[in-house]
Amino acid sequence: MLEIKGLKVDLEDEEKTILKGVDLTVEAGKVHAIMGPNGSGKSTLSYVLSGREGYKVTGGTATLEGEDILDMEPEERAAAGLFLAFQYPVEIPGVGNMTFMRTALNSQRKARGEEEMSAADFLKLVREKAATLEMSNDMLKRPVNVGFSGGEKKRNEILQMAVLEPKMCILDETDSGLDVDAMKLVSQGVNALRDAGRGFLVITHYQRLLDHIKPDVVHIMSEGRIVKTGGPELALEVEKNGYADIKAEVA
Amino acid sequence: MALPQAKQDATEARLAALSLPDAAGWSKVAREDALARLRAAGLPQRRDEYWKFTRPDTLVEAEAPKAAVFESDETEMFDDVDRLKIVFRDGVFDAEASDNLSLEGVKIDRLAEAGQADIHWAKDLYGALETNGQTPVARPLATLNTAAASDGVLIHVTGKASKPINLIYHHESETSDAILHHVIKLDAGADLTVLENGPAAARFNKVMEVDVADTAAFHHVRTQGRDHERRAVTHIFARLGRESAFKSFTMTANGVLTRNECVIELTGDDAIAHVAGACVGDGDFHHDDTVFITHDAENCESRQVFKKVLRNGAVGVFQGKILVKEGAQKTDGYQISQSLLLDGDSEFLAKPELEIYADDVACSHGSTSGAIDEEALFYLRARGVPRSIATDLLTLAFLAEAVEEIEDEGLRDGIVARLEGWLVRRRG
Repeated sequence: MLEIKGLKVDLEDEEKTILKGVDLTVEAGKVHAIMGPNGSGKSTLSYVLSGREGYKVTGGTATLEGEDILDMEPEERAAAGLFLAFQYPVEIPGVGNMTFMRTALNSQRKARGEEEMSAADFLKLVREKAATLEMSNDMLKRPVNVGFSGGEKKRNEILQMAVLEPKMCILDETDSGLDVDAMKLVSQGVNALRDAGRGFLVITHYQRLLDHIKPDVVHIMSEGRIVKTGGPELALEVEKNGYADIKAEVA
Repeated sequence: MALPQAKQDATEARLAALSLPDAAGWSKVAREDALARLRAAGLPQRRDEYWKFTRPDTLVEAEAPKAAVFESDETEMFDDVDRLKIVFRDGVFDAEASDNLSLEGVKIDRLAEAGQADIHWAKDLYGALETNGQTPVARPLATLNTAAASDGVLIHVTGKASKPINLIYHHESETSDAILHHVIKLDAGADLTVLENGPAAARFNKVMEVDVADTAAFHHVRTQGRDHERRAVTHIFARLGRESAFKSFTMTANGVLTRNECVIELTGDDAIAHVAGACVGDGDFHHDDTVFITHDAENCESRQVFKKVLRNGAVGVFQGKILVKEGAQKTDGYQISQSLLLDGDSEFLAKPELEIYADDVACSHGSTSGAIDEEALFYLRARGVPRSIATDLLTLAFLAEAVEEIEDEGLRDGIVARLEGWLVRRRG
């Protein structure tokens, strides 16, 4: 599904290398987790994959189902099936949540040469998905993320994921700012989307999210590289011993 | 103080080029008075402080600069609204295209006709609110209008008008120079909505005097056409009585030069004045909103909400003032003027002012210019929305605060559709 080879990335405005050669393959149907200390490059990886400005790729490749995504515009990557759930979802005053989601869905469909979804079908789809995430009609009507609590913003991200049905989902620190109940809701939302045709890359600092979203593979990232890869037990090891041990081990 | 010679010459040159109406009847006095006031004040010139950001030359010079007539492919504004139409072509009343000027709860006359009578209700108002509005800042183009207006409508509202009155201004001649003057009087408890649309002429000078009596309500929504080369200077002078409401919204798309002045005096307690505008300009576009709101009574509320979208060197100007007089306690004044600059070539010049002589008031003002929010843009694009559509969504969102000042949902939707159309036509 997602194949990253030797990816090297600098910050555009300063001479600073963030990713120093990342290799990672996420297969369809699998959930991969990336853990790592702050500043290890986890979020940068998610931004570079989704096409955020401010980064310069100096080496390596990233493909989605064999297609090079690094040369695509962010909207083309989305239409190709890539989805990034933001660590900090953006508030957009004046743009209604429903208008936003419908525009996004139909833009993607149009880009893929598919028929646009009618207003009625769209409403039905969103209502159904929103119900499982316990999102009220009011939250759907309000401007995008405006006045939402931290947990509501993250639920809104998962709602968009459910509506857009991407092939490859990247979740960037989705657990940050969530209490236990919100984490359960969000995890349920994610787990409901687990599917043989869909890949997940879950970026997190802590192990606790992985109690709810069980990963198949866990990677440890440190200083711009994947330094260790293992099964779910690796996350527990980190939880117990911290990152220092692993860093020492691979150094 | 004697006028500078240059100013005096410019004023006389303009007057010489005008064919002043053969004044008779009640309007004669008001017109002669205006002419004298105009000669004393002189027409605005480039160095006048109040015209610091907008060059008045082409509004003042004897001949109106040519303006090509724009052929719009859109349906006529407000044509889905049940309204009474009053049509002017290059400032000339078109009886055939207009509806019968009769409406329940309203009496409508034309200035060109009723002005010649000996007695008319408008006698006490025509030029009176305009005269009031000349202090502390002179507005000589409005005085010129009072002296020289060729026509206009005199609307007396005694109850709740059964439908809106729509003043429609067609522009058909490249050299037309139209001067219209409307007077609207709302009796206590009366209610009227006035819609205005169209560019009117190559050069348009319009004054609207609105007297809103106690507990009356006046709503106003206007659009100024899509002609690129037309010029307009408009003034609204409003006086508000106790518990009355005045709400005005203007949308401007295109137009090489527009100066919209709005002068409001809150004279009765508990009155409300909202004035808002959304303008979108691309290239050769200069739009100036100049607003002056005077609080002279207690517990009144005023809002000024102006948003400007500018690209390719377009220029936006905002001069807005809230004056709170002594004794106008519990005043709630709000003023915001913002521009969205879609590129580095465009410019927004703002002069927000507060002058307060009462101690128990809440007044705030803010003015910003900025570009599209890159964070929001990326968020939308990361969800699959192409850059151009995402930019338009964010632009409409930026304009929303001003557009939401329109109370009527149908009228509001109509304005949003026009703004959207303007943006879509410019998508890359």
